[in-house]
Amino acid sequence: MSTLMFFIGVYGFLTRRNLITILMSVELILNSVNINFLAFNRYLFPHKLDGMFFSLFIIAVAAAEAAVAIAIIINIYRRFSTINVEDVNEMKY
Amino acid sequence: MAANQLMFILFSIIIVTFSILTVTSRKILRAAVYLLFVLVSTSGLYFMLNYQFLAAVQLTLYAGGIVVLIIFSILLTSHISQKTEPVGWKKSVFSALAAIAGAVLAIITILDFNFSATLEAAQEVSMKVIGRSLLSTGEDGFVLPFEVISILLIAAMVGAIVIAKKGGPVKSDSSTLNHQ
Repeated sequence: MSTLMFFIGVYGFLTRRNLITILMSVELILNSVNINFLAFNRYLFPHKLDGMFFSLFIIAVAAAEAAVAIAIIINIYRRFSTINVEDVNEMKY
Repeated sequence: MAANQLMFILFSIIIVTFSILTVTSRKILRAAVYLLFVLVSTSGLYFMLNYQFLAAVQLTLYAGGIVVLIIFSILLTSHISQKTEPVGWKKSVFSALAAIAGAVLAIITILDFNFSATLEAAQEVSMKVIGRSLLSTGEDGFVLPFEVISILLIAAMVGAIVIAKKGGPVKSDSSTLNHQ
C-alpha cells in the first residue's frame, strides 16, 4: 500500500505544473516512506525502535524542507507573477 | 484479527483514493484538502500500529503545520477558483506509464521476498523510552541525529527568512549587474 502511495506521488510530481502541487506530491512520497518504515518496524523488528526514530527524523526533515520550499515559491511568485514550472525559465540556455 | 484487517483495509482505501484525487484534481485548494485527509488517515494508521507518539507528532506537524503552510501559500500566490490547465495528453500518459512500471517492479520484488517475523517480544513504546533513546549515546542512542536535526531546523528557519524577505537582494542585485 505504501508502494502505491509512493508511485502516486511520483506520478503527481512528474505531471503537475503548479509548483505547490509538486510540493504536495513530494509530501505524499515522504509520507508513504514513513508508513513503510513503521510497518516494517512493527512487524519484523518488534524489539527495536530504529524505524520509529527514523520516521520521526523524516517528519522533521520534511517539515523543514517544506518551509524552505514555500519560501522559495513565494520569492518566485514575486519575481515572475506565476508559479507554473514552465514559465520559470529565465536561466534556461 | 478480522477487525484489525478490516480497519487496515479501510484506511488504505481512504489513503489511496485521496492521494489519487490529490494529484489529479484541477483546483488547487481541493488538492490541499485531499492531502489533509491523506495525512489524517496516515495518522490513524499509526495509531493502529500502536505508535501513539508518532501519530500525535504526525497530526501536529504534518496536518497542522505543513498543510496550513501550503494553504497559506496557495492563497498568497494564486486565485482560489483558478483551475489549473489540464496536462497535455502525452505527458500524463508517459508519466503514468513510468509510475506504473515502477510500482509493478517494486510490488513484484516485495511479494517475492519472504518476510520472517521474529519471535522476540515487542518493546513497549512509552515516552520514557523515547526520551531516553533520543538523548543517549551508545547502542540505542539517537543523540547524533537529534543534534543534527536541530542544526538543520535552525538552518531552515534562517534560510526561509532570508529567502522570503521583501525587497531583498533580488531587485538591487539585478540593477547593479545591469549597470556593470
